[in-house]
Amino acid sequence: MNLYEYTAAQLRDMLKKHKVSSKELTQAVLKRIGNVENKVHAYVTIDADRALAMAEAADKRIKSGNAGPLTGIPIAVKDNMCVKGQRTTCGSKILNNFIPPYDATVVGLLKEAGMVILGSANMDEFAMGSSTETSYWGPTKNPWDLERIPGGSSGGSAAAVAAGEAILALGSDTGGSIRLPAAFCGVTGMKPTYGAVSRYGLVAYASSLDQIGPLCSDAVDAALLLDLILGHDPKDSTSAPRSYEPCVNYLNKSVNGLTLGIPKEFFNKLDNPETSTAIEDAKSEYEKLGVKFVELSLPHVDYGIAAYYVIAPSEASSNLARYDGVKYGLRARDFGGMIDMYCQTRAEGFGDEVKRRIMLGTYALSSGYYDAYYLKAAKIRTLITQDFHNAFNNCDAIFCPTAPSPAFKIGEKMNDPIQMYLTDVFTIPVNMAGLPGISIQAGLSSDGLPIGMQLIAPHFEETRLILLASAFQQVTDHHTKKASL
Amino acid sequence: MEYEAVIGLEVHAQLQTNSKAFCSCSTKFGSKPNHNTCPICQGMPGVLPVLNKKALEFTVRMAVACNCAINEISRFARKNYYYPDLPKNYQISQYELPVAEHGWVDIAIGDQSRRIGITRIHMEEDAGKLIHDDKRPVSYVDLNRTGSPLIEIVSEPEIRTSEEAAAYLRHLRAILMYLNICDGNMEEGSFRCDANVSLRPKSESKLGVKAEVKNMNSFRNVQRALDYEIERQTAELTAGGRIIQETRLFDPAAGVTSSMRSKEQAHDYRYFPDPDLPPLRIPPELIEKVKSEAPELPSQKKERFINELGIPPYDAGVLTVSRQLAEYFERVVELFPHPKQVGNWIMTEFLRAMKGTEEPDLTCCPVSPEQLADMLKLIENGAISGKIAKTVFEEMFATGKSASEIIKAKGLTQVSDAGAITEIINKILDDNPAELEKYLGGKVQLKGFFVGQIMKASKGKANPGLVNKMLDEELKKRAC
Repeated sequence: MNLYEYTAAQLRDMLKKHKVSSKELTQAVLKRIGNVENKVHAYVTIDADRALAMAEAADKRIKSGNAGPLTGIPIAVKDNMCVKGQRTTCGSKILNNFIPPYDATVVGLLKEAGMVILGSANMDEFAMGSSTETSYWGPTKNPWDLERIPGGSSGGSAAAVAAGEAILALGSDTGGSIRLPAAFCGVTGMKPTYGAVSRYGLVAYASSLDQIGPLCSDAVDAALLLDLILGHDPKDSTSAPRSYEPCVNYLNKSVNGLTLGIPKEFFNKLDNPETSTAIEDAKSEYEKLGVKFVELSLPHVDYGIAAYYVIAPSEASSNLARYDGVKYGLRARDFGGMIDMYCQTRAEGFGDEVKRRIMLGTYALSSGYYDAYYLKAAKIRTLITQDFHNAFNNCDAIFCPTAPSPAFKIGEKMNDPIQMYLTDVFTIPVNMAGLPGISIQAGLSSDGLPIGMQLIAPHFEETRLILLASAFQQVTDHHTKKASL
Repeated sequence: MEYEAVIGLEVHAQLQTNSKAFCSCSTKFGSKPNHNTCPICQGMPGVLPVLNKKALEFTVRMAVACNCAINEISRFARKNYYYPDLPKNYQISQYELPVAEHGWVDIAIGDQSRRIGITRIHMEEDAGKLIHDDKRPVSYVDLNRTGSPLIEIVSEPEIRTSEEAAAYLRHLRAILMYLNICDGNMEEGSFRCDANVSLRPKSESKLGVKAEVKNMNSFRNVQRALDYEIERQTAELTAGGRIIQETRLFDPAAGVTSSMRSKEQAHDYRYFPDPDLPPLRIPPELIEKVKSEAPELPSQKKERFINELGIPPYDAGVLTVSRQLAEYFERVVELFPHPKQVGNWIMTEFLRAMKGTEEPDLTCCPVSPEQLADMLKLIENGAISGKIAKTVFEEMFATGKSASEIIKAKGLTQVSDAGAITEIINKILDDNPAELEKYLGGKVQLKGFFVGQIMKASKGKANPGLVNKMLDEELKKRAC
C-alpha cells in the first residue's frame, strides 16, 4: 500500500512508532500530486517547499515527544480559508493575486497542531456552485470518473482526499458544499453545527450559513480533525461560547436502541433507483445494529431551496461588495473614473454564477422588495428550524440520501442553474437550521460512482454523528473503496 | 400665509474609546495615514467584527442621560453603499431595533425650557477619509478613522427655529462631554450634525416636504444654514412653488445651501441584519452600572448652582457650559466658600484671561483652582486690594506663579499699617492747604481728591478701606 492511501489515524500510529517520517509521507503525497493532479485538478495552489519545511518541523516535534494526534499529517485547505503569505483566491479571478496578511483561525489551529499544509484546494467561485465548475481556475474532475464533476463547492478538497492528493482536507459548507462533494467522491464529510467552528478567516459567501468542516477517508479521521477545529473563537461573534466533548470518544460505541428519522418529504423526491437501493441497504445495516427507523415529516423543507436562494445571495451581495478594485485583488486596467473602475473590475473579476447571485441578492434586499423576499425567507428559515426541532422529539438523528443522484457529467447542468440548485435539495435545509450533518459513502452505483448518505443531528451533537458513522463503517467497507486513477 | 419651520437633527458623535468599534485598532487622532488599521478595519476577505464593549457602555451612558428606553435586544444592520473610504462597502449600523429609543432632553431658550424628543440613539462605525491630490487626478485613502465607534442621535421634528437647533446641539454636546464619551470637537468632526428641514402653515400639524441639509461644521454654520434654508423654503412656498425632497449641502463661504441629490437619486441602502453579529443583548446590570455611575449633568449642575450656591441663572449657565469649567469653579468654592465671589472672578477676569473662548480648555490653564482660591483669600484678609488682585491675577496667568510669590516679588502687599497711613494722610493734607480749606468750607466732594492723592502716594498699596476711615477721622480733627 502506498503511504497516501492510509488514513490519518493509521499514519498517526506509524509516525508515532517512527515507522515513517512526516517528510517521507509528505514527499509521497507530493509525488502522488505530481502524478495525478493534471488529471484531477484538485488544487489552486500547491506549496511543496512550505509543506516539506512543515513536515521537517513536525518530525522534530514527533522526535521530541510532544506531538499531537495530527502532527505531521498532510492536509489541503479549501481556497477560501486565508493562509498567511499564500495566495488565497476563493476560486475567483477577482482575488487571483490576493495574499492574506493573516491566517484563518482554523489554519492557525492546523499550524499549531503541527500539520503539514499542502496548499489550497479548488472550489466553485466564492463557494457558489455544486460542481466546482464555476472556479476561475477550471473544473476539478471526479477521481472516480474524470468526465464527471466532484460535487461542490468543496470539490477540490473532496477530490484531493479521494485521489490520495491529501490525507485530510478542510472544506466549507453553505448549502451542502462539504457533504455533496463527499458523497460524489466517496469520502466522509461533515458540516458541523453553525457556530461550532470559527469562521474567522473564511472568505464569506453567506455568513449566516457558512461553516467549515472536515473531508476525510472515514469517521475516525473526521473525529480527529473535528477535535482539533471545534471550539470557541472570540474573534468570531457567531462562534458558540461552549466546550466540546472529544469526538474520538464516540468511535467504538454501540448504536443499539437509537432511532433514525426518515423524512418523507426527502424520500418522496427520490427517483434514482440506484440511490434508493444504496440507501435501503444502508438502512438494513443499521437495523442489524439495533437501530430503529421512524417515518416523519419536515413540512417546510420543500421551501428550503427557494428561501436559501434569497438569503444566501442577499448576504453574498453585501459580503462581496468589498471586491471593488480599491484595496486588493484585481483592478481593471481600463476605466474612466471611480464608478467605472468599480464596474469594470467587477465585470472582469466575477464569473457568471457569482454575478447572478449578486444580482439576486441585491434585488431581494431592495427597498420595496425586502419584506416580500428577505423577510419571508427568514420566516421560512425559522419554520424549517422548528420542523427539525419537532422531528428530533421522535428520533436521535435524521437519515436520508446526501444527493438525489450520483455525480453528473461536467457541463451537464452548467446552463441550467435551477437543475444545478436542485442538487442541494437534501443538504440546504440543514444549513438553514444550522444543524450538523455528515455524509458517508453508502455504496456504489452500477457504473462505479459513489452514493452518499446523510445523517443530521440536533445542534452541537457532532459526537452523535461520529458515533453513527463509525458504527456503520465498522460493519461495512464502502468507505474503504478507492477510485482507481 | 405664515409658515412654521419643522426641524429634526441627526447628530453623529464619535465615542472616545481607546479602540475601534469592531477591532482592537487605536482610535488616536493624527497618526500617519493607515497606521491605525488591521485586516478587520481594512475590510480584508474573511475578517469578522467583534463589538467593543466600551462603545456599548458609552452608548448606554448617553441613552440614560437622554431619558431613553433601552432595548433589551438590539440588532446591528448593514447599510450598503459604495465608497472608497468604506472598505467593506457597507457600514455596520443599526436600523430596526437601535440601542435606545423614545428619549428627551430639556433645553433652555432664554429663561424658557423646551423639551425636545429623542427618536433613537444607535451605534455605528465611522468611515475613513479620502485625500485628493491637488496636482494629479489621484485620490488617497486613509483608513485610520474607519471603524471608529459613532453614535447617531436622532431628534424628533420638534425644533422650530435655528436658535433652538443651536441650543439643542450645545446641550447634547455638553451632555456628551460631561459623560466623558465624546470630545465634542466639531472642526475635527467628532461631533457633526445633519438637519431635516421642512415648513408647514402655522396652524397645520401635517409635515411638509423636507430637505436634508449637510456639511455644517460649527454651531454658527448650523444656524446660518438653517436660517438660509427656512428663508429659501418660505420664498419658494410664498411664490407658489413646491419643495422637493432632496439632500442639500451648505456652503459656508457663500452662506447658501445647494442641491446635492434628489430623492430619485437617493441611495437604496438595502439594510439587513448583519449576519456576523448576533442580536445584541444589553444586560440589565450594565444599565444599572451606568445609572449608578452617572455624573451630574449640566442641567442638574446649573439648577444646583442656582438653588444651593445662589449663583444667578445666567452665570450658572456659563459656569456649567463645560464639565471642566464647572469642576474648576466647584474646586475653588470648596477651598474658598464664597460662591458668588468665585463666580464673579471666573466669569470676568478668568474667562477674559482664557481668551474669552466660550469653552476654555482648562487642561492648559496655568492657574490652578488652589492658586485662584489662595488669591481670593488674600483679597479677603486685606493683604491686597481687589484692584491689585487683577494685576496679580494677570501675572499669575502669565507666569504660573502663586499670588503671594508675585506680591512679594513686586512689593504689592497692601499697606494696612495705621501709622504709615497716618503719615501719608498728614503729608497730603499739609501739602494741599488750599483744597483742605475749600473742603472745610463745605466742598465735601474734595474728599475723593485726597483719597486719590493718598493712594497715589502709597503707589496703590494702601488699604482703601483703612484710608477712607482714617481720612474721615483726620478731617474731622482738622475741622475742630
